[in-house]
Amino acid sequence: MLETLTNILNTTVLYSTPLILAGLGGLFSERSGVVNIALEGLMTIGAFTAAVVTIVTGNAWMGLLAAVVSGMILALPHAIASITFKADQVVSGVALNFLALGLSVYLVKRFYDGAAQTPVVPDKLEEVAIPGLSQIPVIGPSLFHAFPTTYIAVILVLVSSFILYRTPFGMRLRAVGEHPQAAETAGVSVILMRYMAVIISGALAAIGGAALSISIGSEFNQSTVAGQGFIALAALIFGKWRPYGVLGAAVFFGFAVALSLTGQLYGLTQYLPSEVLNMLPYVLTILALAGFVGRAEAPAAIGKPYEKGSR
Amino acid sequence: MNKTSWVALLLSAVLVLAVGCGGQQNGGKADSGFTVGMVTDTGGLNDESFNQTAWEGIKRTKNELGAEIKALESKRDEDYVPNLTKFARDGRDITWAVGFKFEKAIPEVASQFPNAKFGIVDSNLGGKIPDNVTAVTFKEEEGSFLMGVLAGLTTKTNKVGFIGGISSPLIKKFEAGYRAGVHAANPKATVQVAYAESFTDATKGRSLAQSMYNNGVDVIFHAAGGVGKGLFDEVKTREKGKFWAIGVDMDQSALAPDHTLSSMIKRVDVAVFEITKELKEGKLQPGKQVELGLKENGVGLAETTSKHVPADVLKKVDEFKQKIINGEIKVPKTEEELNQFLTK
Repeated sequence: MLETLTNILNTTVLYSTPLILAGLGGLFSERSGVVNIALEGLMTIGAFTAAVVTIVTGNAWMGLLAAVVSGMILALPHAIASITFKADQVVSGVALNFLALGLSVYLVKRFYDGAAQTPVVPDKLEEVAIPGLSQIPVIGPSLFHAFPTTYIAVILVLVSSFILYRTPFGMRLRAVGEHPQAAETAGVSVILMRYMAVIISGALAAIGGAALSISIGSEFNQSTVAGQGFIALAALIFGKWRPYGVLGAAVFFGFAVALSLTGQLYGLTQYLPSEVLNMLPYVLTILALAGFVGRAEAPAAIGKPYEKGSR
Repeated sequence: MNKTSWVALLLSAVLVLAVGCGGQQNGGKADSGFTVGMVTDTGGLNDESFNQTAWEGIKRTKNELGAEIKALESKRDEDYVPNLTKFARDGRDITWAVGFKFEKAIPEVASQFPNAKFGIVDSNLGGKIPDNVTAVTFKEEEGSFLMGVLAGLTTKTNKVGFIGGISSPLIKKFEAGYRAGVHAANPKATVQVAYAESFTDATKGRSLAQSMYNNGVDVIFHAAGGVGKGLFDEVKTREKGKFWAIGVDMDQSALAPDHTLSSMIKRVDVAVFEITKELKEGKLQPGKQVELGLKENGVGLAETTSKHVPADVLKKVDEFKQKIINGEIKVPKTEEELNQFLTK
């Protein structure tokens, strides 16, 4: 019984880590009023860069750092298109998703002799046990014997919440997403705030991608990210655009995956085929989005390009 | 949509196309006038799996038969028919379709080009094989049986595991053979079975492996494509000599050299080469299914197996292999046959 709980918690942690990170990324961008459907692409470029740089330098932390930079750079075109040129934010995001996948798969082929995946990375951000705490039954082996990226994700939830609600920067960022005209009148540069938000978004989503290629997994291929950016987007909405909400939604999704996977080991397949069990996380997500969480309150100015002087 | 987003869209379309069309490999011309084509499924030529192994076999036809060879990589499932059609129209002597995903495309193209010859790997087309098609399948259950014997003899906890990809008759063959092998070698051992319902999600593979090892399982065999990478990621973090993984399709020991017990290899290369050779020598009779098992060397153990497996265990495995070859043991390939096997 205790083993079962440990296993479920383990898988929950494993699955929710990249979602928390990418969800937080989406949070910054969308709270500033810029829709970020490009989370998938930003995760992809992060996963790709992390793997390649880890292979080149032999150091996974360098890989992670490079992933952050790559995410910031890839987020820039989205910022330029949707903020400066006031393009449709969804279209720009979709384009970025195609760009990231096409570019990274192409580069893998160029770098590694036509291969469909990178070689296995030589260094990894593997699970570390926190002395003492990891000895606690059930939660010890799952929560305190986790990946560095998991700890980073949890810390970033705390930091994001503090920044958004307790610092002038965060309040300006939220103001820009709710009522940009009012914010501008109060002397806040809407353009600058939105640029910063989108770039932060790229950095965070890229860490989420890196978690998949150099922490939980150990290579990059075209299906490394495989839709998790879109699940993160769902987690963002499900979490009502709040840091702890994103955390909760990501953990909920991870928990649903954990049930579907570990359930098979305890004879659940006698009652439900594994195909149905594996659909569970998605069905639960749709149900949750469809009604259980109540009305999702999006930032008021989301998706609307800012026209200076308009009202 | 304004100008900028059009530029962004165009740019990305160009990049996607650049990747999409990059997939042509030309093996060079030879004088024999004999031409061989190969179309990959979406895995691509260097998939570290059956596409790559098939290409090895095709390359042998160039070196040993003087064939002119060419491959087309399919980027999406929609590419299968056009890619096959291209080779048929070029008048290739034989066109290979690698993977059961070609199940629908092959009969369609084969009926349009009755004079062209085709080969398909991993599918018998539901028994309806056109007259110009040779369908190659493998007795995965026989190779998996030997993996089961290995696992059953290696486990110290009497608990072993199996991770499947998408549940389908093909993957069930692996499961049935493996469980039968475990039972034959070590009736006390139990097998934990789980399906990821994916061939790509390595995170699922990792969490399944984690849970199984936590439950006391010490040997896990996977037949799950990319999902299996997660198994190797997990086993590497565990104590050496105590926790083991078994690979599939080709020798996967490089993924975790100190933890890989063996790999069940499918000699797609041998199959593709031999059949192409028969065609060239005029001995091939298409319209049939060719099934390759242990006897035909179509499936087997990776060469690196002897690295971690003691000689007496290998001897036992070989005994079972002989029994399968001479028909003493009939390896089950479905759940029903397995249940009969287990109660015997």
